[in-house]
Amino acid sequence: MIGTVAQRGRWLAGLLLLASALLVPLGTGVGSVGLENLWPALWGDGTDPAARAMAWQIVWDIRLPRTLGAWCAGALLGLAGAVAQGLFRNPLADPYLLGSASGASLGVATALALMGGGAGMVGSAGGSAAAMVFSGHWLVRLGLTGAAFAGAVLAVLLTLALARGVQHTLRLLLAGVIVGVVLGAFTSLILLLSPDSLQAMQAFLLGSTGFVGWTSCVLMAGVWLLCVVAAWALSRVLDGLALGESTAHSLGLPLAPLRAALVAVLALATGTAVAQTGLIAFVGLAAPHLVRAVVKVPHGRLMGLASLMGAVLLAGADLLARGLIAPQELPVGVLTAVLGGGYLLWLMHRRTGPGGVL
Amino acid sequence: MTHAPEKIAICANGISASIGKHPILHGITLDVAAGRWTSIVGPNGAGKSTLLRALAGLLPCTGSVHLLGRPLAGWHRSDRARALSWLGQNEVAADDLLVYDVAMLGRLPHQPWLSPPSDADHDAVEQALRATRAWDWRQRALGQLSGGERQRVLLARALAVQAQVLLMDEPLANLDPPHQADWLLLVRELVAQGKTVVSVLHEVSFALQADDVAIIAAGRLRHHGAAQDAATHRALEHVFDDRIAIHAVEGQWLAMPRLLPRREPASH
Repeated sequence: MIGTVAQRGRWLAGLLLLASALLVPLGTGVGSVGLENLWPALWGDGTDPAARAMAWQIVWDIRLPRTLGAWCAGALLGLAGAVAQGLFRNPLADPYLLGSASGASLGVATALALMGGGAGMVGSAGGSAAAMVFSGHWLVRLGLTGAAFAGAVLAVLLTLALARGVQHTLRLLLAGVIVGVVLGAFTSLILLLSPDSLQAMQAFLLGSTGFVGWTSCVLMAGVWLLCVVAAWALSRVLDGLALGESTAHSLGLPLAPLRAALVAVLALATGTAVAQTGLIAFVGLAAPHLVRAVVKVPHGRLMGLASLMGAVLLAGADLLARGLIAPQELPVGVLTAVLGGGYLLWLMHRRTGPGGVL
Repeated sequence: MTHAPEKIAICANGISASIGKHPILHGITLDVAAGRWTSIVGPNGAGKSTLLRALAGLLPCTGSVHLLGRPLAGWHRSDRARALSWLGQNEVAADDLLVYDVAMLGRLPHQPWLSPPSDADHDAVEQALRATRAWDWRQRALGQLSGGERQRVLLARALAVQAQVLLMDEPLANLDPPHQADWLLLVRELVAQGKTVVSVLHEVSFALQADDVAIIAAGRLRHHGAAQDAATHRALEHVFDDRIAIHAVEGQWLAMPRLLPRREPASH
């Protein structure tokens, strides 16, 4: 019988990997120029070399990093959601609802406002903050990620201070909403003060994978690897915490430093995703829930599965966002907000009552 | 202490504790004999659970607590976790964890960081789940179980630690009579193996099944003695305002409600 749970976990992992393997090539084919036009240009005989180079550029420089980027950002958010839900022993904890995503975007906006003048130095086109957001330069991406990380840590600590602990679901969520709104207001203020970047920043903050290049992609993949290993190593703390603080303490777990480490993992994963793709809501909430609906695994395995689930969710949502009203595009953040909002409502209705989430 | 020559498992010396700004315990000194079962009883709000938490080192308190002869603060975390097992009351429990995985958490103190469970861990978990008759649900999630079933799984988790000293706060909560009897037999067996059990029980008749009884009222130790002693019975009746009467029935002590008109509470 013990085999069956492990088997179901493996089946789910396999299915998610398969879905990823399908989504990534599909992602390279959806957009203003469809696969039916790209394919002959790439592989057909006697194609004009210029047309072939252009088709190659579309696939290699734009769509592939973008699709892989959506996958990585989803993996980061799914992981952040699993860590948040375990750490706060709260099934509704989510990087977005905890305010950490708002903190990360405030960090990005602040960094842009501060670094705006220096943009030319790191070689991005033009000197405006707008160009910085989408710059593929390593230093810019690392700087923005660092700023987002700092903002996310600040926001989580603020939320925890306001909620006076993690025990009370409603208080935690309310504190997260308040922190999100207040930090969001600061972000808007910073944007208003730098009007030249307003539109670009707004597009970015709506959540979009449209500007993810190879640099962002590699950065997210690297951070994800780091975070998933750290989260896996710390997962026993989350299992112990699930039995309550006293029991976790009685099991000899050094709670304070391990909690701090988990908050760092949560903030790093959230911050890295937000710094590359803007605010993408609900992926972090939905991914661990969907995994747990299929298989009950300890947190160690949940980390990997929730990552894969988040990756597939966001890669799928990105595909939809590009395909739904093609050749126009929806910002993927808008799509996940609408779909995720519906999912949250369904969770609320299903689980209100004894033992429910609210 | 009536059992002076015996070894002491937990020694509390003048412990006082507050929750928030509210003082709960006022200088309690208590020696828990090793290899015996001690019940902590007292009226609602007397500080029984707080005392147990203080003995487990889960609550900051003034005074000192010695576990197996060493000050609690002097123990390394994992050594202490192997020596002392804790079963809390009404703790949030992981609805999404499987019963087997919950019981395996009791083995955490025995496992080096990041290493998978050993055969000994699996054996201990199976033994604990069988002892509480929870083995059959090992592949079910905790959230799918009833309150009593869940309590048996959490008890198995505490047993899986295989600690020398077990502290349990209201371990009979939600258990039906057959499983209450099972629990009593289990504790007898643990004590026969030389383990020390301390339990908070609000049910006086169950508390009297123990070897020793510590009576707490208003944050102070009122009496500590063998469950068989007449002095213990008198102290119990007194602390419950003489509204219970303790009788011997078929070789067991039974606390029956005494249906008298309510009088002013005795001064504690």
